[in-house]
Amino acid sequence: MKKIRTIAELGTLRAALERERESAKVWISVSNETCARANGSDKVIAALDEELRKQGLADQVRVKGTGCSGFCDRNPMVVVFPKEIAYQRVSPDDAAEIVGKTLIKGQVVERLLHHDGKGHAVQHEADLPFYRYQKRLVLRNHGRLDPTDITDYLASGGYTALSQALTMSSEQVIEEISRSGLRGRGGGGFLTGRKWKSCREAHGETKYVICNADEGDPGAYMDRSVLEGNPHSVIEGMIIGAYAIGARMGYVYVRAEYPLAVTNLVIALQQARDCGLLGENILGTGFNFDIRVNRGGGAFVCGESTALMASLEGRVGEPEVKHIHTAESGLWEKPTNLNNVETWANVPVIINKGADWFASIGTEKSKGTKIFSLVGKINNTGLVEVPMGTPLREIIYDIGGGIPHGKKFKAIQTGGPSGGCVPEELLDLPVDFDRLTEVGSMMGSGGMIVMDEGTCMVDVAKYFTGFLQDESCGKCVPCREGTAQMRQILSDICEGRGRPEDIDLLEELGHVVQDTSLCALGGTAANPMLSTLRHFRDEYEAHIFDHRCPAGVCTALIRYTIDVEKCNGCGVCAKQCPQNGVSGEKKQPHSIDQHLCIRCGICREVCRFEAILVN
Amino acid sequence: MRTIWYEETLIAMIRIEIDGQAVDVERDTTILQAARQLAIDIPALCHHAAVKPYSACRICTVEVIRRGRSQLTASCSYPIREEIQVLTNSERVIHARRVLMELLLAQCPESKDIRDLAHRLGVENTRFRTRGEGSNCILCGLCVRVCRDVIGVSAISFVNRGWKREVKTPFDAPSEVCIACRACAHVCPTGAIQAEDISGNRMLSFWQTSRELQACASCGRPFAPGAEVQHLTRGRDDLRESLGICPQCRRTETGGRLERWTTSAQSRAIKDHGTP
Ligand SMILES: Cc1cc2nc3c(=O)[nH]c(=O)nc-3n(C[C@H](O)[C@H](O)[C@H](O)COP(=O)(O)O)c2cc1C
Ligand code: SF4
Ligand code: SF4
Ligand code: FES
Repeated sequence: MKKIRTIAELGTLRAALERERESAKVWISVSNETCARANGSDKVIAALDEELRKQGLADQVRVKGTGCSGFCDRNPMVVVFPKEIAYQRVSPDDAAEIVGKTLIKGQVVERLLHHDGKGHAVQHEADLPFYRYQKRLVLRNHGRLDPTDITDYLASGGYTALSQALTMSSEQVIEEISRSGLRGRGGGGFLTGRKWKSCREAHGETKYVICNADEGDPGAYMDRSVLEGNPHSVIEGMIIGAYAIGARMGYVYVRAEYPLAVTNLVIALQQARDCGLLGENILGTGFNFDIRVNRGGGAFVCGESTALMASLEGRVGEPEVKHIHTAESGLWEKPTNLNNVETWANVPVIINKGADWFASIGTEKSKGTKIFSLVGKINNTGLVEVPMGTPLREIIYDIGGGIPHGKKFKAIQTGGPSGGCVPEELLDLPVDFDRLTEVGSMMGSGGMIVMDEGTCMVDVAKYFTGFLQDESCGKCVPCREGTAQMRQILSDICEGRGRPEDIDLLEELGHVVQDTSLCALGGTAANPMLSTLRHFRDEYEAHIFDHRCPAGVCTALIRYTIDVEKCNGCGVCAKQCPQNGVSGEKKQPHSIDQHLCIRCGICREVCRFEAILVN
Repeated sequence: MRTIWYEETLIAMIRIEIDGQAVDVERDTTILQAARQLAIDIPALCHHAAVKPYSACRICTVEVIRRGRSQLTASCSYPIREEIQVLTNSERVIHARRVLMELLLAQCPESKDIRDLAHRLGVENTRFRTRGEGSNCILCGLCVRVCRDVIGVSAISFVNRGWKREVKTPFDAPSEVCIACRACAHVCPTGAIQAEDISGNRMLSFWQTSRELQACASCGRPFAPGAEVQHLTRGRDDLRESLGICPQCRRTETGGRLERWTTSAQSRAIKDHGTP
């Protein structure tokens, strides 16, 4: 690609690329992110290419590996343009039929279509409930762009925001971001415009911008998806931010466990450099800026701003006291602005569409959209982008399709490991930064884990507290020792050793850990325990006072027995029990020897007559 | 912000209030430093004047009221930049410190220093399960920082994350670079590190490291680790002689020199003026 020397030249090039895309109307997209590759999307692309060659269509129809459009458990997904016929869970063997039927004959391959929740086949993604209730700003081009081809991004309006921003003054750009009300998507929800402004106004010639792509929350992968599927949107955001703040160097700190994100990002950066969108004298405006990629070792705590900067400098990734903001003294003690991947990707949207338009989406204090990764006990697993303020119920039932196997919803865990659990009574809560905090949870980076009636909330608290205990850097006493003790008490409760005073002790300790920890990891580490105590206190009490786990999860507190009415003596459970703990005459009700039983639950899983009871 | 300009020094002073007492301090003075000016006692475990604040033990927690909002913070690193009100003894502070002490007691139940401090703060027992393994180390990091930032050797460091964290020599083997200067033992707030000079060696059992003591050039008694003397005299030929002898001989020798000097000064005086 030839260097683009001016803003006008970029406009001409874009127009040409758009015309080119117009003429090549027929093409096929195959989602090809990590989630899709795990299911063989590479092979699907190869098979489609091969089939097109065989049918002599190779020159006319392009097969594009794109980002994932979010419905991750339906991967590999294939969409045939221009009619946008969408196929799900495609295998390489389906290639011949897709080419033969859909491309050549214009017919639909019924068996590969998506189905809505009611069993009807649906041809277009937009008609699926999963997509219909979403509002996709950041993910708008996922599933349409080849992330390794900058011309795709340019043809879809890419770098128009940069052209626009470069004609504005830095102050105007910051003003626009401020007015949009954009808040950081990395967890804290700081006002992005305000942060940029304080960095701009900080003393010093050398300033840095950083993109936080550490994404350590288990189960969250929106940042990975954005970097894999549309890296230029992040790069464009960073260039605009650097221009506004006065930075000449930027870094992307990305976890090494995201190899495809790193690859796509590095390719995109090189292409941007080749085009003159990065480097010296960007688009002839005299503005110089470049971006380097740094791989992090994947410690959760390295997502914290001071730990991240220490790690970037080559020191141990450990948080430091932050009485002086990193906007004033950050990386190498220079003014530094850190934003999350999704925050950066929102920037071009705001510049393109305007602050007022952006601010019209969302709630009073949370503007725009948020991407959530919806996982757990939910029918439709995937990435969903919705306007701030969308009720939890809509996300879980309309988009997520509800709870599988007719089970009852119990709670949704939001905000990542240090978030909290929101119970059924609060399902109509509009999701935004402040409302989630009010109910003892948080927005965090946007993880959402759905739990059904078979989940024990004390066990959940123990799990997340254990995660934080392991991920604590160990520097400060309240977090290192406090998480270990909280986890110990929670284990005791789950294992039947809970003491009546434990609930008060947990609460007391939790508040001190919150109040005295050095960084926000410790500052939020009590959330899983405090929020479950707040909303599910009766479950804690049942464990401690009645020696009972109401959800039937904590093995020390449950007993498996056989319902003599339902058991017909088929003997399947007796064969499967690893302890040989089930016995009985053939065709007669069996029984379980409680001394041998290790409460593994296999008998319950294999019994076809629901004769195994948990109590 | 009300700043008072002292005519003579032209340094902006900021007036803050600690436990109701006013004090004027320079910008970026820490709360702990300011409190010490007022002789207000704040307990501190991980802080030492020789190194930068680290703020890990959180025992120095105080309550800061800033622009009408109250917050707990570590006083050892909080830089004063505006008028604030500090409470070092509020109910919230006392409670937080007590729970922190209980956590430390569960970590190091055998440490006398920790038990004494706990007692001072009104804590006799911990409600938490003991989880220490006999070591008295509270992971304050002072030894690591002093060794790295003051001595310039970096013989020790933290290993592992979170509740598995420990201070160790590399690979938990006897250190190859430790000069056995004992600075770590000197700053350790719990006495976890002890240094002993036995049979011509200085032993730091916490680091499984020992260094041979060098003989005094004058009296011949072993007095300091050779490694330490070497470290201190690196590139300083002028010091080599004086550091090669033990403190006692140095004192005697200095005394002798002083005597010689006075004597010669006296004789000179007599020669010049006829009187001593
Ligand atoms: C323990 C911990 C982990 C964090 N991990 C991440 C992360 O993986 N990604 C991220 O963007 N922010 C993370 N953050 C938040 C960052 O410290 C910082 O607030 C954020 O990157 C700022 O960007 P924003 O203003 O765009 O949200 C983490 C914070 C803490 C305390
Ligand atoms: S709160 Fe936890 S993660 Fe943060 S500095 Fe303290 S020990 Fe480390
Ligand atoms: S050995 Fe002593 S100085 Fe070193 S970290 Fe432990 S308590 Fe602190
Ligand atoms: S002395 Fe301040 S945190 Fe340890």
